[in-house]
Amino acid sequence: MSRAGKIARRTFLIGSAAIAGGVAFGVYMVSRDPENPLSRDLGSDEVTFNPWVRITPEKITLITPHADIGQGVVHAQAALIAEEMDLDLGQFETSFGPPSPAYWNTAMAVEGAPFRSDDDGLVAEATRSFLGGVFKILGFQGTGGSSSIPDSYVKLREAGATARETLKAAASAEHGIPAADLTTKSGHVILPDGTAIPYTALADRAATIEPVTGVPLRDPSQWRLIGQSMPRIDMVAKSTGTQTFGIDLTIDGMVYAAPRVNPNRGPLNGYDDIEARAMRGVKDIVPVTNGIAVIADNTWRAQQAADAVTVDWGTGPYPPEQEDHWKEVAASFTEDRLDREWRNDGDVEATAAAQPIMAEYRAGYAAHQPLEPINAIIRVTDDAVEVWSAHQFPRFVQQIVGGVTGHDAEQVIFYNQFGGGSFGHRLEFENLKLAAEIANQMRGTPVKLTFSREEDFAHDFPRQIGMARGKGTVLNGRIESMDIQIATTSAARSQFSRLGLSMPGPDGQIVSGVWNAPYMLPNYRVRAYAVPELAPVSSWRSVGAVTAAFFGESFLDELIHAAGADPLEERLRLADTPRAAAVLEAVGEMSGWGRDPGENRGLGVALVESFGTMTAEAIEVENTERGIRILNVWAAAEVGTVIDPVNFENHVQGGVVWGLGHAMNCEITYSGGVAQQTNFHAHEGMRLYQCPNIEVRGIELSDRVHGIGEPPVPPAAPALANAIYAATGQRIREMPMHHHIDFA
Amino acid sequence: MKLTVNGQQHEVDVEDDMPLLWVLRDELGYTGTKYGCGIAQCGACTVHLDGEAVRSCQVPAAYADGAEIVTIEGLGTPDAPHPVQQAWIETQVAQCGYCQSGQIMQAAWLLETNSAPTDEEIDRVMSGNLCRCGTYPRIRAAVKAAAQKMQEA
Repeated sequence: MSRAGKIARRTFLIGSAAIAGGVAFGVYMVSRDPENPLSRDLGSDEVTFNPWVRITPEKITLITPHADIGQGVVHAQAALIAEEMDLDLGQFETSFGPPSPAYWNTAMAVEGAPFRSDDDGLVAEATRSFLGGVFKILGFQGTGGSSSIPDSYVKLREAGATARETLKAAASAEHGIPAADLTTKSGHVILPDGTAIPYTALADRAATIEPVTGVPLRDPSQWRLIGQSMPRIDMVAKSTGTQTFGIDLTIDGMVYAAPRVNPNRGPLNGYDDIEARAMRGVKDIVPVTNGIAVIADNTWRAQQAADAVTVDWGTGPYPPEQEDHWKEVAASFTEDRLDREWRNDGDVEATAAAQPIMAEYRAGYAAHQPLEPINAIIRVTDDAVEVWSAHQFPRFVQQIVGGVTGHDAEQVIFYNQFGGGSFGHRLEFENLKLAAEIANQMRGTPVKLTFSREEDFAHDFPRQIGMARGKGTVLNGRIESMDIQIATTSAARSQFSRLGLSMPGPDGQIVSGVWNAPYMLPNYRVRAYAVPELAPVSSWRSVGAVTAAFFGESFLDELIHAAGADPLEERLRLADTPRAAAVLEAVGEMSGWGRDPGENRGLGVALVESFGTMTAEAIEVENTERGIRILNVWAAAEVGTVIDPVNFENHVQGGVVWGLGHAMNCEITYSGGVAQQTNFHAHEGMRLYQCPNIEVRGIELSDRVHGIGEPPVPPAAPALANAIYAATGQRIREMPMHHHIDFA
Repeated sequence: MKLTVNGQQHEVDVEDDMPLLWVLRDELGYTGTKYGCGIAQCGACTVHLDGEAVRSCQVPAAYADGAEIVTIEGLGTPDAPHPVQQAWIETQVAQCGYCQSGQIMQAAWLLETNSAPTDEEIDRVMSGNLCRCGTYPRIRAAVKAAAQKMQEA
């Protein structure tokens, strides 16, 4: 579409949104770029061309604003800039940069829009464009929804290209040679006589000229880095114990704090800290919301003393017993809790088959629990607040911490850190709010707050709880109809409420991967039901798709078996896009689908689109004397472009392990309002001995690039359940599955 | 109490029951050794104590008195990595990297005691170390690559 066409469409959209009572923003607001935060404290011999590149006479710094929580996105962002800037790995430093609206996420809204990723029709594109504009105006800087690469892919290459051409212009001005006669290589501008001028030597000159913009991007055939397996720039530090995480930092004069907060999220009625105060190293015990925190001279001493405080907890805001949570979910398949009917192809009510097949599924809460417990260091002074922690929403950190301490968001200086995992946990703010409360009571002193694993489990906002009811018919060896109702609590609504926001419209995550399943079924209905909030929940790696796809892809498998069809062949026959067929064919070929796996063995398959990525997984299991052993997993994902094959493979393998481990044996249950699982012994996930061979294939078909952090997770559990059925004839309809079968 | 960490002698005044993990991290600043669970369920805090791989969260300070400790920082450095660290770097094992200090210390101990472990032996020795990111396929590959390197050396 022409540029004029795009602008006209955007104007129309914003206009119609205003009419419809939505947010009204002028076109000018959307088209204007936010200020470059790097230009604020720039020396006269330093230059920045855009929010991602800063050059001083000493060094080149690439700003990688997406949070790195293990997904390697610092490297990926830097590589995208370096590709066009003609920098080699090792010739630059990276920094997360300050929180800024300049780092608004262009892709999170796009991937979150309730349209199939291959839908480029007017309504879908118009909605994406509008949501993108809203995110820009809000300056919504965030990492999540597998959006970092879609957000960065074009933007950061353009940033690198602008830097490169501006440096050439600077060299041109300095040497009187036309820019067209200059080239760049390995961090240098090369003059026609072969003289190589380092970029750093051009910083002061470049600072005096306008950045060159509108530089065309290179053709992928010219890429040096993208598409290649690169040595990830954090790999040496992470293999030698020299990578510092937030939990490792020390600030001069720092004290150590351990929280003890009501684990059922009710109030603290009273406490006795006489004994704790007398313990060695304890400096103070201070009240915080719903609990206390011990300040000591060492993390362990603070934890010991926190445990020694006698507390009287009040009751919490949700049903104390797990069985009441299940009752509430089961009671949610009602007209008034219908969140939205997401799909209604054909007519599921008017089927010819006599006997419907019916099944009920459920999936419990599960915890995030990255291995680095949540923590934060905060120093509050009258004029400013400094925060050191790892977080996926830097600008919300400023707002929330400032809200606690009484500072403006702009007065909160946030130094983002590498995160020791997240899986959605570092979208929440419990550690930051508590550290801010404590530090605000002792202004001037930096406070390092570390959650014990037990406190972390207790205050984790787990994955949504949910159930599904499926009804379907088969006729003449094929599926005639599939009608599925899914009821879960809403991670998005729960998260929004903690930010003081309400979520507009239905929550597409409840049925993610199912409403948009790439199948041409003659009669197919998908209805989402919103279970009112029980235990507060949050986005857990792949959000709604992990539960919805377990329900949908398992029930589809039941119908395929009832029809007497082959699970892979039938999915291929039903597939309505080339992407779906491609990933299914890939896992079919990789797994040697159709072979006889032998006695007590079986293969299962699942296909899910989530976050714009189409992923198929085939799994082979063996039913041994000690239980189910997962032997092999074959995974294929269509992402448009694979940025780095090694990191891609690592992601998919990790997503499969995550999906399988939790499907096997992880859940959070509540008693007395308290999570009964307090540490990894009771919420174990997968261990190395259980890890299957995992073979991975990346497929590049679409024009748009898609993320890979979350999409490998949703197919894992249904593919496992389907494989177990193939091996044993036992259909597992609940996560975690260890309630029904043992795993070896 | 006195202890030697990575060849350097230290004297610390701590409670007998303070876990070695916190002596290392908070008293001496060896933050490469990680806190993950505190109950020997994750292995992130694994160090070598007189040549044995131990969970430092379960070793009381009094027990470590007089011991020789090696942490991830003492196994090798970015400029001179241990063959196990080298294998980890070349295999690109890490995702978030938080568990990898413990994984590497456990693997280094395995290969010191068994230069050519079988798949079953790797499974048995490495399964106490939890990786939430799911890097297990690469951990297996890196242990084998390191074994090869150490045999050739």
